[in-house]
Order: sequence, then C-alpha cells, then structure tokens
Amino acid sequence: MIRFEPRGPVPVSRMLAVSVAAAVAALVLAAIPMAFAGLSVFGAYGLMAKGAFGSVFAFTEMLTRATPLILTGLAAAVAFKAKLWNIGAEGQLYAGALAAVAVGTGLVSGPSYVLIPLVVLAGALAGGLVMLGPTLLKTRLGVDEVVTTLLLNFVILLFVQMMLEGPMQDPMGMGWPQSEPILDEAALPKLMARMRIHWGLVLALAASLGIWFLLKRTVWGFEIRAVGENAAAARHAGIPVTATFVRVGLLSGALAGLAGVGEVAGLKGYLTADLSPGFGYSGIVVAMLAGLSPVGVVLAALFIASIFVGADSMSRATGVSNYLADLIVAMALLCVLVSGLFLRFRIRLVGGPAAKEAAE
Amino acid sequence: MTEILDILVSANFWAAALRIATPLIFGVIGALVCERAGVLNLGIEGIFTAGAMAGWMAVWLGAGLWGGVLVAAMAGAFFGLIHAVLTVPLGLSQHVSGIGVTLFATSLSYFIYRTALPDVSSPPRIEAFQPLDIPVLSDLPFIGPALFQQTALTFLALALVIATAYVLYRTPLGLAIQAVGDNPAAVESQGLSVYAIRMGTVVAGSAIMALGGAFLTMSAFDAFFFGMVNGRGWICIALTVFASWRPGKALIGALLFGAFDAFQVRLQTEVGSFIPGQVFLMMPYLLSIAALIVVARKADYPRALLVPYFRGQR
Repeated sequence: MIRFEPRGPVPVSRMLAVSVAAAVAALVLAAIPMAFAGLSVFGAYGLMAKGAFGSVFAFTEMLTRATPLILTGLAAAVAFKAKLWNIGAEGQLYAGALAAVAVGTGLVSGPSYVLIPLVVLAGALAGGLVMLGPTLLKTRLGVDEVVTTLLLNFVILLFVQMMLEGPMQDPMGMGWPQSEPILDEAALPKLMARMRIHWGLVLALAASLGIWFLLKRTVWGFEIRAVGENAAAARHAGIPVTATFVRVGLLSGALAGLAGVGEVAGLKGYLTADLSPGFGYSGIVVAMLAGLSPVGVVLAALFIASIFVGADSMSRATGVSNYLADLIVAMALLCVLVSGLFLRFRIRLVGGPAAKEAAE
Repeated sequence: MTEILDILVSANFWAAALRIATPLIFGVIGALVCERAGVLNLGIEGIFTAGAMAGWMAVWLGAGLWGGVLVAAMAGAFFGLIHAVLTVPLGLSQHVSGIGVTLFATSLSYFIYRTALPDVSSPPRIEAFQPLDIPVLSDLPFIGPALFQQTALTFLALALVIATAYVLYRTPLGLAIQAVGDNPAAVESQGLSVYAIRMGTVVAGSAIMALGGAFLTMSAFDAFFFGMVNGRGWICIALTVFASWRPGKALIGALLFGAFDAFQVRLQTEVGSFIPGQVFLMMPYLLSIAALIVVARKADYPRALLVPYFRGQR
C-alpha cells in the first residue's frame, strides 16, 4: 500500500529539480515513438540539439520561437495561480494579433514611438477583452470557464478567417486570405541584423519580471494567490474574489494577446489564419513545467522552443514527422503532473511486513 | 420562409440531424458516465482523435469494421486508463490531466498516422459502414428514411443511451457509480472500493467516447484527416452540463444540436451569398456556450466532481 504524506513548503531548488526531472523523463519516454519510427535515439537528439543550438541562426530561431511561448505560458500561469482555468490562450492570441493588425496597417499614422505602443496596447486589450467574457460568465452565472474559453478558440479563429477573406483581406495579396502588411513604423524592430529575432522577446522577458513582481510584491498578487489556494476562505477574509478573478482574467488574456502582437508585428509582418501552431496550448505545458512561476516560465519556454525548433530541423534531415515535437511536449505535461506529487507529498510504502510487525 | 419549412419537413434533414448527432451521443454519454463517477474527463477531444485514427487504421490494415470499432474502443480505454490513474489514486488535477491526455492522444495519433503514411497527400479511404436497409422499417414513409436508413454505429449509439440509463438507474453498479460521484466516503463505508469504481467507470466512459471518433472515420468520412475532430469533444463536455448528467436528456441535447447543425448547412445554401460561411461554422460553438449559460443556474453537478478522494481521509 502506498501512502502520501503531505510535505511542508516547497523550496525553489526542489521545484526546479522536479521540473528538470519531468523534462528529462519526457525525453526518455519519447525514445519509444522514435524507435518505432526507425530513428536512432541518440542520433535524433543530436540532430535536434544541433537544430536548436548548433549555430547563431539556430539559437536565434529558438529564441524567436520561445517568445510567444513565454507570453502564453505567463497567461496560463497567472490564471492557474488563481485557479481560473483559462484554456483559451490560442484564441486570445489571435484576437491580439487581429487588433494589432487593425491598428498597425494604417488606421492611425505617426512615428514609431506612438504607433508601436498603440499596437501593443490594442493587442493586449483585445486579448483581455476576449477573456473578460468567460470570466464574467464564471463569476456572475457560474458557467465553467474551461469549456467557454476552449469553445471561444474555435469561434475566434473562424472570425479571423472571416475578416481575412472579407474586410481585412490584403487587396494586393493575390486573393490569399491574409491581411495587409503592418506599417514599418508600427513593427517591432529586429534585435539582430539578418535574423528573425525581434523586440517581442524583450517584451516577453519584461512581462515575466512584471508578473513576478505583481505576484510576489503587491496586494493584488497576494489576493490572486489567496483566491487560488481557497476561494471560499479568501472571501471570508474579505478579499474581493470576484474582482480578483476579473483582474486575473483580463491580465491573462492580455498576455496571450501580446503573444499575438509579437508574432504579427515582430515576426511575420501580416496576419494569416495559421499564425499560431498551437502556442496557446503549448503555453499550458510551459506554465505547468514552470510550476506556475513567472521566472520559471522563461526557462520552460526555452526548453519547449528548443524541442519544436530542434524537431523541425531533425524532421527535415530524417523525414520523420515533426509531430514528434508535439508528442514530447504532451508527455512533458503528463510527466510534470506526476512529478508534482513528489513536490507536495513524501511517498511511503506502508502496510508491508514491517508495518504489520510494528502494528502487532 | 417556406424554404425553411420545407427543410424542417424533409426526411433527408432529419436523417442528417441524427447522423450529425451520432458522434456527439457517444461523446456525451462517455463524458456523462465519467462525471457521474466524479471525474471530469477533458481528454475527450484527444480520445475522439485517437478513436478516429485507431479505428480507421485497424480497418485499413484489414481488421474488418467491427474489429476497427473494437480497436477504437481499446484506444479510448488506454487513454482513459492514463487519466484514471493520474486523477483517481494519485488525485492529480483533473483539468490538467485531461488537457495532457488530449494533447498526448492527439499528437500520438497524428504521429502514428504520419509515420505509417509518410508521403501520402490524399488520405487512403476504407470501405466504411453503409446505411442498413432494415426490411419494412426502412420503407416506412418519412420515418423510414429519417430514422432507419442509418449505419449500424448510429443504432449502437441509441442502444448505448438505453443501456447507460438502465445501468445507472436500475443496477447496483449504477447506484455505486452515482454514489462515488456524490459521496465517496459513504461508498467506502459500504465496503466498496471508490478507486476501483471510479477507475473502471473512467476507462469504460473513455472507451465509449472513442466510438464517437470511430464514427467519424468509419461511417461519416471513410478516411482520417488532421483536425477532423475540430472541437466536437469540447462540445460534448458542454452538452453534458446541458443534459444535467442524464442519458435521456443527453440524447435530446445531441439531437437538437444535430438538427441545428443540419439546419444551418441547409440555410447556408439559401442565404450563403449574403452571410459569410464562417458565421454558420461558428454556430455550433456559440450554441454550446449559450446552452451552458441557459442551464448554469440550475446545473446540479455531481457533488464530488473534481474532488479527489483519498482512502481514510475525509
């Protein structure tokens, strides 16, 4: 018989160790499908490492891929802290991208120091507003936010497609469903010449520091954590639970919206309906791997990004499907969930012969 | 206006409604069974995908149609077992585990499909289930084409609704399942194992869900596509709340949904030039949200839903 004994507060070092263990476990487990696909496991991981870290170009590509993952990871982490289950970061990302494109393609004109903040704000606002609906439905009517946020992902993606085939379609786009390009003055500048890496990364890192500060050092942050630990007790203690949920919802949606801003205004320059290969869903894994810590999110996003970028490059070299990356990421989520047990509990075998003897 | 009436009185329309409802019936019954035992199963979207892929691939490899159905159910049971182990004895977050199972089942299905068929651009088709031609019944006017010219899987779904209702309300097992979803401590005091009942129910419920996916590849489309499940699983989670966790209401909800979906497809051909197609495609999701809002106030959740049970702890 196995028994779980609750542990006390968790030191940061153990939290980090558990996340690393989960990531390693996922990489080991992934050897099974890799062998099934006929890959040599070490060779494949070698190719993946080279594809993510092997050159300056590879490394900057990995950082570029990590940028939206940091933001969607933060979006999930801050919401999950309050036990607000926002699974809709994917849709909020598209809403942010759509707003950024709407503002950034000529709605207003001006110099960069006016346009860039406007584009960023518009994207954050759009993402936040999308999350406001499910949050209010939860707090006012008790509608489960898991399902509403998820279903909205489909609605928003269809809405984006509708806009891209309708009013927002680029007249110069030869009939492709894509938006007009973002004005040069509204685009986030590149960080390095001839590379795709852009200022969205700085924005993402700043956001993670900001969220860390919010959660650790401010009253709102304390309220968010209190609501997440026990909403009923928090209400008794006089914490404005409903207002806290609304703030968290707006913040979480805004962060996911920023991920969309970075992808259109920093990376692609225009909006298409395949902007995100599931950054919203991967953000959930990032947040869980990070133990919901805003600083950990950065490290977890780098790990997940290197899996994706590495697997893309490995896939091109070997012809094996790059769905392997999604598979590793999914396994990492399950592994981190299990390994979380070791954080919260000391696991003892009880009821064996020794315990029986002691009982007698 | 008359066109709309014409749609509603055509047997063809009601046949389509029942056909669209079939995967949802499997999904909502599976989800409802899991939740009755106190376990939310958000793995459903991935389990649909796994059932669709596994069933299709088994038939493609020569297993026969019912063999494919069995393989799909086993795939569902496998992912259900993962969710059950993580959430019942280990008591981990049902939300996160369910999402993990969805990501895992979806990516594993896609990976296996791509590995088995690396260079295929158009998916290979299989000889799918054909509509049954039941003597006498199929020839009845209106009712015949609407109700009885369906594939065997639709009849299986309808039979499952009845069987589930019977098991839940009329058998000791069903009472035990309901009890572990409401008051697990009381079940334990009866000498029954909460863990065994919950895990068994989640595995069985997940196997049922997977049949909804199998219907997509083995009856509706006769091939496997990426993204073919497209949110149907999440819609089932919404339908479960709408149905207040009752099999009969689940059937009605799925049928209403199927009718609405069949209706909007037909409406689209009437007014498609004025309204973009995406508006119609959004409807099922918006309708699910609306259904949740309508029933939210009186939703009578199983009392122990989402609450992990630990033996000897109250």
